[in-house]
Amino acid sequence: MSHVQLNRISKSFSLRVDGKPQTIHALRDVSFEIAQGEIVALAGPSGCGKTTCLRIIMGLETATSGEITVGGRRVSGCGHDRGMVFQHAELLPWKTAAENIKFALAAKGVASSELDAMAARYLELVNLGHAANRRPHQLSGGMRQRIGIARALAIDPEVLLMDEPFGALDSQTRETLQMEVLSIHQRTRKTVIFVTHDLDEAVLLADRVVVMSQGSVQEIISVDVPRPREDIRAIIASTEFMTKRARIWSALHDAKPRPPILESAA
Amino acid sequence: MSQSTDTAPLAPIAAARPVARAWRMPDWMITTISILVFLGLWESARDHIDPLFASYPSAILKAAWRMTLNGRLPDALWESAQPFLAGYALAAILGVPIGLLLGRYRVLQAAFGIYVTAGYSTPLIALVPLLLLWFGLGFTVKTVIIFLLTFFPICINSWAGVRAVPKSLVEVGTAFCASQQTIMRQIVLPAVLPYIMAGLRLGVGKAVIAMVIAEFLTAISGLGGVIMSSANAFRTADMFVPIILIMVLAVLLTNFVEWIERRIAPWQTELTGHDAP
Ligand SMILES: Nc1ncnc2c1ncn2[C@@H]1O[C@H](COP(=O)(O)OP(=O)(O)OP(=O)(O)O)[C@@H](O)[C@H]1O
Ligand SMILES: [Mg+2]
Repeated sequence: MSHVQLNRISKSFSLRVDGKPQTIHALRDVSFEIAQGEIVALAGPSGCGKTTCLRIIMGLETATSGEITVGGRRVSGCGHDRGMVFQHAELLPWKTAAENIKFALAAKGVASSELDAMAARYLELVNLGHAANRRPHQLSGGMRQRIGIARALAIDPEVLLMDEPFGALDSQTRETLQMEVLSIHQRTRKTVIFVTHDLDEAVLLADRVVVMSQGSVQEIISVDVPRPREDIRAIIASTEFMTKRARIWSALHDAKPRPPILESAA
Repeated sequence: MSQSTDTAPLAPIAAARPVARAWRMPDWMITTISILVFLGLWESARDHIDPLFASYPSAILKAAWRMTLNGRLPDALWESAQPFLAGYALAAILGVPIGLLLGRYRVLQAAFGIYVTAGYSTPLIALVPLLLLWFGLGFTVKTVIIFLLTFFPICINSWAGVRAVPKSLVEVGTAFCASQQTIMRQIVLPAVLPYIMAGLRLGVGKAVIAMVIAEFLTAISGLGGVIMSSANAFRTADMFVPIILIMVLAVLLTNFVEWIERRIAPWQTELTGHDAP
């Protein structure tokens, strides 16, 4: 049964550039389904609509047309069934690392007596137990991103949405967190949708890779590397990995960036 | 590799000689020296100063001492402080929440924003003759004048602050399904705080101006009254006493507001604080 279903989603933005009205079709007729427990990567050139797609699934943006269901329910607005990791972390600057996580927990209705312990647990998960009382600007970009991930995981969503979650990290930390995502997924069978520019990451984590181009789905590629994927080294060296990687590479290579801009009269 | 490197291990040398930090003069010391030099220069010009047209520090100090002893200065200060505090407090208590509401609700902004903009950009001093008719010459009219001149900068700042709250941070609240109340208290308010405090700081200056003008134009009273009557009697040193007292109090009040800001919004100074050489 499909867990997340996008049915002919389109999104256009109207704006004025130099006084002329323009319409940007950020998404056009995007349809795909994601099964319960599946990990799907969204890939494609910059500006092709990946973030917009994720924001619509999260409920932060409403589609111009089309319908999205999560767990059979039509999406309208945000919900605790989905957790979002933002492209630029977006921590609240006046809250410490722990408080940022507690903010999400409290909004979900977790009892205040449990907040401290839970925040500490999720900080520990991303190896930031020592930074609990620091504010975002006292942390590195990668540390902030990890807190953003911890915050989304903390509310224990059914669907985890991640917008380039590991983009700003060094390869060591990235690998640790990738393994962490795999092991959390192994345990909880969460549905995960993430945006990435990294081919290795897409093949390593995802069951399928949705390659987007100019606001529409160009191709959906199944990865078919068996789970559990525990030994990164072995996987990366395998021929399946190599062929899939090459396959996605050529799909991305054909993909065109930005969606077209239509200058409407009026 | 060069030959010199293989004999001396690097780490112990670095450890033995910690980098010496040059001593930096604290800010308050620089300020104090600046004031002392200024007063010294002013005092040194005393022989060239006609006491009728200007004055110099030691004469002003003497006048201040005399006016304190005979009660004229404390009385005037007390007389000025009451409408000042009442008008300023009223402006802050009304200005901040009204500004927040204007920024938060589109309809309110469309309906009432124009009045705040108008009030901010019009010289409200022009209303004083009318206010005198309405409120007489006493405490009330002074409070109203101070309130009017202080309310608008405070209000317009918190209004602008709400509109400057980063949309992406409000979205974090939305994404995690925080209630409107939580978003207001934990995201919007902290983000607006620096703007509110800037408004309150500006308000101190405006309130001081309003206070002196009110005392000039209404019943000659308070510190403004002392300035007027001393000037009319050509007692120039006496005239400088309330002027300098007002200056000192305004600076102290402004610093006090800044201190409060650092206490309740420490992240702000950490974010923007720069360490200029
Ligand atoms: N709020 C907006 N107003 C107008 N145009 C927008 C808005 N948000 C996105 N767009 C446009 O929609 C298109 C898709 O943007 P989106 O952020 O989804 O790209 P992306 O695939 O996430 O790119 P990147 O990899 O660089 O993050 C872009 O052309 C962008 O200019
Ligand atoms: Mg993006």
